[in-house]
Amino acid sequence: MAVTSPQIYAWLERYAGIVAEQKQYLTGLDAAIGDGDHGINMDRGFQTVLVKLAPVRDKDAGTLLKTTGMALVGSVGGAGGPLYGTFFLRAGAALDGKTEVSDRDLVGALEAGLKGVVERGKANPNDKTMVDALTPAIEQAKQALDNGAPLEQALTAAADAAEKGMKATIPLKALKGRASYLGDRSIGHQDPGATSSYLMLRALSDSLATLPQRATTTTT
Amino acid sequence: MAQTTVTTRLKKLINTPETEVKDAMAGMAAAHADLIRVEYDPNVIIRKDAPRKGKVGLVSGGGSGHEPMHGGYVGLGMLDAACPGAVFTSPTPDQMARATAAVDGGAGVLHIVKNYTGDIMNFEMAAELARGEGAKVNAVITNDDVAVQDSLYTAGRRGVGVTVLLEKIVGGAAEAGADLDAVTALAKKVNANGRSMGMALTSCIVPAAGKVTFEIADDEMELGIGIHGEPGRERTKLKAADEIAEILTSTIVKDLPYKRGDEVLAFVNGMGGTPLIELYVIFNAVNRYLTGEGIKITRSLVGNYITSLEMAGCSVTLLKLDAETTKFWDAPVHTPALRWKV
Repeated sequence: MAVTSPQIYAWLERYAGIVAEQKQYLTGLDAAIGDGDHGINMDRGFQTVLVKLAPVRDKDAGTLLKTTGMALVGSVGGAGGPLYGTFFLRAGAALDGKTEVSDRDLVGALEAGLKGVVERGKANPNDKTMVDALTPAIEQAKQALDNGAPLEQALTAAADAAEKGMKATIPLKALKGRASYLGDRSIGHQDPGATSSYLMLRALSDSLATLPQRATTTTT
Repeated sequence: MAQTTVTTRLKKLINTPETEVKDAMAGMAAAHADLIRVEYDPNVIIRKDAPRKGKVGLVSGGGSGHEPMHGGYVGLGMLDAACPGAVFTSPTPDQMARATAAVDGGAGVLHIVKNYTGDIMNFEMAAELARGEGAKVNAVITNDDVAVQDSLYTAGRRGVGVTVLLEKIVGGAAEAGADLDAVTALAKKVNANGRSMGMALTSCIVPAAGKVTFEIADDEMELGIGIHGEPGRERTKLKAADEIAEILTSTIVKDLPYKRGDEVLAFVNGMGGTPLIELYVIFNAVNRYLTGEGIKITRSLVGNYITSLEMAGCSVTLLKLDAETTKFWDAPVHTPALRWKV
């Protein structure tokens, strides 16, 4: 079984739609503990992603993800641009040239993306950042595959773990990013970056679950 | 904090939020064609005669909404290029990479970066790109905001008012022919000797968000505010200007600390929505407080130089001066926002 590059494209397109829908929600979370632009920036970024993906949408998964990363780096700004940009650039590099991606490869690409985020942002777990959603999610996905679960199930577990990690940021005191300037006043608010990361993994899980073309046969 | 849903009508002199930055850049280019030129996509404001052969190039950048910083400081004796991001959002690496290439006169380029997570990461990526093209790039990070406590456990202190003073002083040195290492060392010295703290009377509206960043009652003020409308450290009842000035100045003085006999540049900055008369009321109180502490103001700057859109409020910055920093502060400058001895 393999995930095809059109499915990767479907994930990115679905996530772009979710970011657009949730723009005000993400911005509201950011206004509480940051500077109130996360949804605006992510939406501007993913609208750019859709434009840049159009001419390469038939290409391999690596190209799709790297194009996404470059588009985000060049259009988002803030911390979100380098962090999400690096996530997709690294994930894309891990899938270079692949039009069919094995379960392990896909989760490995997500892990490479997370590694890039940690290197770029230097955040540790429990700093109240996107790392708090991504880290448990990728652990869960790996564990599920190790236990022989199919990919859909592993990705659902990942999205569930990300959701839990996202909610667990609420009582945390921010130690990285602009929210850290608030000290104790950051406590009681959900981290916007962990939220957008959760939505990204939920979009991945949902897009694979709803696309029937997950097969080795070619589609027309 | 009671956040959320109160929306405010977007009563601003803009066409659309999406076009604001480019419209303003075009306006600057038209108004100051003798000093600067602009490029779009990536957006960069460049000194008209850049690159200057053999001169260290100075590049800064940050979110828009802090005007005149940074674009207003491009010109003789100050920056060679500025990269305006979206409002309150750091610029992207392609902007700084382009700016670096445009001003590199063979003596290297210094990136002047305010300490915000996004700015640091975007400038780092830009420096990697520029070095990949063979450029010699150093970076200096400003982090003068004493309002940020526990800085070991946060992203660190924010870069605020000192950034303006640093761009002027380091700009003077670069204009005089200092090499990249000397310019970098001077920049670090200015940052190390400067401290700032700000306060807000009102919030501000990021055009793309369309509503105030935080709610604040008519009888309240926010102490320790940054320059992005982000909430500060403490919300208190409004006090008289003298008392506010004393809180800000005493916190700054104790932090470095500034000592009896020190000579300082005192910078009272408006956040964008406070009239100059009020800034002078604050300066008067700052002067009285420092005089009482035996600290002498030998240079001053009063006005709106690093703003937070239409926010009302002010910040106080002190910079301990020596012969070198005084000389380069006094050196000729000709930019859209600062001009003397030219």
